[in-house]
Amino acid sequence: MTEVQKEEIGFPILGQKAPDFEAVTTQGTLRLSDYKGMWLVLFSHPADFTPVCTTEFMAFSEIYDELKKRNVELLGLSVDSVSSHIAWIRNCEEKMGVKIPFPIIADLNKEVAKKYGMIHPEQSKTETVRCVFIIDPESKIRAMLYYPLTTGRNMNEILRLIDALQTTDKYKVATPANWKPGEPVVVPAPATIEQAEERLKEGYECKDWYLCKKKLPES
Amino acid sequence: MPCVSSDGKPTTSGMAVLKSLKNGTLSPEEIAHKTGQPLFRVRSGLRELKNAGFVEETEDKYGLSKTGETAIQ
Repeated sequence: MTEVQKEEIGFPILGQKAPDFEAVTTQGTLRLSDYKGMWLVLFSHPADFTPVCTTEFMAFSEIYDELKKRNVELLGLSVDSVSSHIAWIRNCEEKMGVKIPFPIIADLNKEVAKKYGMIHPEQSKTETVRCVFIIDPESKIRAMLYYPLTTGRNMNEILRLIDALQTTDKYKVATPANWKPGEPVVVPAPATIEQAEERLKEGYECKDWYLCKKKLPES
Repeated sequence: MPCVSSDGKPTTSGMAVLKSLKNGTLSPEEIAHKTGQPLFRVRSGLRELKNAGFVEETEDKYGLSKTGETAIQ
C-alpha cells in the first residue's frame, strides 16, 4: 500500500467518539451532532442503481419502524450525488413500491467515507464497501460491521445487535452467542475470588463460577 | 427539509417549524414534538433558518425573528 493510500484510510475505534461530519444528504445538510440523544445506524453502500444495494435499501426501509421504536435513526451513504440518490429513491418507490424514509449522504469527495474507513481498495478503489456503524446517544461507536461488495447485510442481525447493546446499557450485563431479546443474559465475570464464590449463592443459572446467566425482569 | 429553498424562502417544512414558534420560544425537542418532524431534521432545519435570519437562538431555545414573524403572516 502506498503512503497516499495509507493516509486516506482511517478506522473508527469501538468506544471512541464517532468521527464528526457535516454532509449534504437527501434531507438537507446534516451533522453527526444532529443525532445526539438518539442511536444512529450509519451505513454505506457501493453505488446507487445496483442490485444488491437496492435489495438492502428495501430491507433497511422494512426495519425502519422497528428501529424507530428503539430510538434509532438510519443514515445511508455512498459516493454518488444527491441527484443520483433522489433518482434512485424515486425508482425504488415507483418500481419496487418501497418508500425510502431515511436520508442518504452524497459523499462525492469521500470526506465521510475516509473518516470511517469505508473505502477498502482491495474491494474497490472508488466505491464504499457495505459498512454499518452503530453509534450511541453519546456519539460513541458501539459496533461496526464490514461486508464485501458481494454480500448483502442481514437486517435481523442489525436489530439483534442494537437490542443487545441497549440491553447491556440498561442492565449492565453481557449477551451470549445468538442471544435474542427475552433469553437469559450473561452476568459479567467476577473480578475477585470473593465475588466468584458469592455469585454461586445468588440464584443465577451457573455452569461454573465464570459462566452464569440470569433472566431479566421484563423477559 | 431543507427548511430554506434556494430563493431564500422557507420551504413547507421550514414554514411548519416557524409556525410552531408562533406563541413563543421552544427547544428543538419541543419543536420536533409539535411538528411531528424527526429531531435530527429539526436541528438541521433550525440551523438553516437561523443562518437565513428567520429564527434567533437564546440558551438552546429558538424564537421567531422579525423576518420570521413576517414570513408566517
